[in-house]
Formats: sequence, C-alpha cells, structure tokens
Amino acid sequence: MISLTILSSTLAITAAVTGIALVGLALWLAGLMSPRSYNVQKGEAYECGIPTRGESMAQFKVGYYLFAILFLMFDVECVFLFPWATIVRSLGGAGLLSIAVFFVILVLGLVYAWRKGALEWK
Amino acid sequence: MFDFSLLTDWIDNLLENTLGMPEWLATTVECVLVGLLLLTVYAVLALFYIWYERKLCAAFQCRLGPDRVGRWGLLQSFADMFKMLIKELISLNHVDKFLFALAPYLVILASMIAFAVLPWGNGLQIINFNIGIFFLIAVSSIGVLGILLAGWSSNNKFTLIGAMRSGAQMVSYELSIGLSVLTMVAFAGTMNVVEIVEAQNNLWFIFSGHIPAIIAFIIYMIAGTAETNRGPFDLPEAESELTAGYHTEYSGMHFGFFYLAEYLNLFIVSGVATLLFLGGWMPLHIPGWEGFNDIMNYIPSVVWFIGKAILLSFVIIWFKWTFPRLRIDQMLSLEWKYLLPINLFNLVLMVLIIVYNFHF
Repeated sequence: MISLTILSSTLAITAAVTGIALVGLALWLAGLMSPRSYNVQKGEAYECGIPTRGESMAQFKVGYYLFAILFLMFDVECVFLFPWATIVRSLGGAGLLSIAVFFVILVLGLVYAWRKGALEWK
Repeated sequence: MFDFSLLTDWIDNLLENTLGMPEWLATTVECVLVGLLLLTVYAVLALFYIWYERKLCAAFQCRLGPDRVGRWGLLQSFADMFKMLIKELISLNHVDKFLFALAPYLVILASMIAFAVLPWGNGLQIINFNIGIFFLIAVSSIGVLGILLAGWSSNNKFTLIGAMRSGAQMVSYELSIGLSVLTMVAFAGTMNVVEIVEAQNNLWFIFSGHIPAIIAFIIYMIAGTAETNRGPFDLPEAESELTAGYHTEYSGMHFGFFYLAEYLNLFIVSGVATLLFLGGWMPLHIPGWEGFNDIMNYIPSVVWFIGKAILLSFVIIWFKWTFPRLRIDQMLSLEWKYLLPINLFNLVLMVLIIVYNFHF
C-alpha cells in the first residue's frame, strides 16, 4: 500500500502539485502551439456584440448573500456533527440525548429563517 | 481478490533495497510516479467522459453522435482536446489578469485532490487519511472559489450572473451532500474511505442501511448533480440566457480546464456515491451464496469501482437530457425547503436505527 510507505499528507501535496502541473503544462503547450494576433475588437467584453454599458463588477443582489450566511450556519453544524457521527454507535442513548439539544436549537434556526421569509427568493 | 498493495510494496522494495536508494530519494521517485499516474488517469477519464456524454446525449435524442474519428468516434475527444490546444488564448483588455489566470488552477486543483482521495481498488488508494471522506468534501468545495473568481474577474455581466448563481447553488447543495455523507458516516462509524469500503464486505450500505440509506442515496444523487452544475441545475451556464455563464470570457485551453473539471467532478460525485452506498470496489456479495460470491471475487476490484461509477454517471447524464432547467427560486427552495428538512429527519432516523437497533 502506497499510503503505508509514504505519509498521506505528502501524497495530498503530490496531488496538488500534479493539478498545478497539469494546468501549467497544458497552458505552456497551448502557448507554443496556438496562434497569436491582436485586434481591438477581440479584447472587448463578449456580450453578444452589443457594446458594454456601465461597470460590470457591480453591486449585486443581496439574496445570494443571505443564502451564503445560512449555509455558513448549517455547514459549521455539519462539521460539528461529524466527529460525533463516528462514535454514535458506542455512545448509545446518552450521546443521542446530548446531541439532541444542539440539534433542536439548529432546527429552530431553520424554522426561524423560514418563518422570517429568508428562504423566499424575491 | 488481488491486493494492489503487493504491487506498491514491490515497487517500494525495489527502489529502497534492490536499487539502494536513500529513503528521501525513494519517496520522491514514488511521488513522481504517483503524480504521473494521477495525471494519466485524470486525463484519460476526462476524455472518456466527454465521449461518453456525447454518445449518450445522441442516443437520447435519436442521433448517432460522434462516429467519424476512430471506431465509434472513440478518438473524437482526443481530437477535440488537440483542437483546444491550438486555439488562441485571447488576451482581454478589461479582465482582472491575475484572478482570471488563477481561476482555472483552483478549479483543477480541487478536482485533482478530491480525485486522489477515492479508493480505486483493493489496496489501491492514494491519499488514505483517517478523515478521508471529510477531507474530500472539504477539498471539493475549493472549486466554488475558482468558479466565483472566474465569473468576477472576467468583468462581464453574463459571467457575473453565472458566478453568483453558481455560488448560491453549489454552496446550498453542499449542505445536502454533507448531511447525506454524515448519515452514512454515522452508519459506518468511520470516516476512513478504506474502512468504509471494507465495512461493506457482506452487503452494500444501500441494502444493509435500511430506508435511511436509500433516502440518503437519492438526496446525494440530486445534490451531486447540482454540485457539478449539470443537468436540470445548469443555471450557472444556462446557454440560452447567459451565453456560457461563468466561463464566457475564457478561450482555448483556458476554457478546456473548466470543461475537464466539470467531467471529472461528474466522476468524483458518482465515485463518492459508489463508495458510500454501492460498496466502493467491493464485489456484489450476497450473504449465504458462497459460490456466487467466489465468482464475483474473480472480477478485479478496479473494474468494480469504475464500472459502478460509470453506471451512476449514466444516471446523472440521463437527468441532464431528460429534465428542463430549473428557475433559481425553484432551485433554492428545492434545497432549503425540501432536501434539507428531509435530510435532517433522515439523519435522526438513521441514528435511532443505529442506537436502538431497529431492524425492519
């Protein structure tokens, strides 16, 4: 097994380097093989031929932000539940009871967001 | 069943003892070998998937699909990749150059590391953390950053809308993925991918996990489809409204990376579903049927894993060519008002079954 002779963290770094190498290598190859020409029209924003009006890096709808915040809340909860999930079998009823408090508060959070209308797309 | 650790042990032994390399050199050589292997498998799978999707799409639409380049058009995606390499990388005036160049790196990086976590066969896994499946979820969420950066740095209204939609969608559905994985982690009692697979020696989790495992599987497949920005959830790149969504401004090989990563993510999603629900590389074992189990053991573990993953990808591709695209409010309410409450309820059900041993 590779993972017995090399540390997994080393292999994770290897995978990351491989990913970067793939992009770098392919871009280098593309740079060698592809033609290059300059044209003023080519450098413009591609918005179906109509000239761009105004700034594109603009302010954006706040609805997306709301969902990101909700996600943050539930994701942290998910991370918190993972270690508990691995030992739930040996913890038995006591473990169930202690996590139930946390879980109920969390579900209340979802209910609150729902009642407040945070889940509606307006 | 053939254990691939024999092979890797032999290579390690060869480098260290027969060739007499010092340990650091042997490790470096092994890392390079692993990297090359990853690169090859990554590229070949991506090319295969492009061909696979095009052929399936054609079949669903009563067409032939690519059939000119190579037998059954098998070399079509090689030709496409070559074409992409010789296309010009257009330099744009209005983009944020650094972020624009950085985005493909992030997208590929996320899928490459997640790819390396998958257990391919008996003794054939690369990264073997004790928190393997958790690490996989964590790493694959880097991809969202790449897509958001791509959309923002392109400085184009289409890409910005595409990126924002993609951000909201991937972030929301990640929750469902996390919770359904959590359900199965509670059932397996471990996060190590190898141990999860070995726990399914007698019966795959989808059979032994009662109703919660089936619900988790269905939710995982829906969320996985959304996570890869495919199928009915392709609003980030809805071609009829946003030209090409977040990668509108990318050209040539730059675009190719997003294309590659999309197909590899499809494989990773179906690979994880295979690993959690369909027994990973475990052959189909039925308790009591000794002869049947022995015959199944003759099929190599790699074939089992890739076969199951490709079968699940077929389902995801089937979604894409069957359902019309959702609207963003439908997409968000599906996640937050249906999948998330069902998922939470399902988790409670699973935990009750585990703790009080309700078998039905």
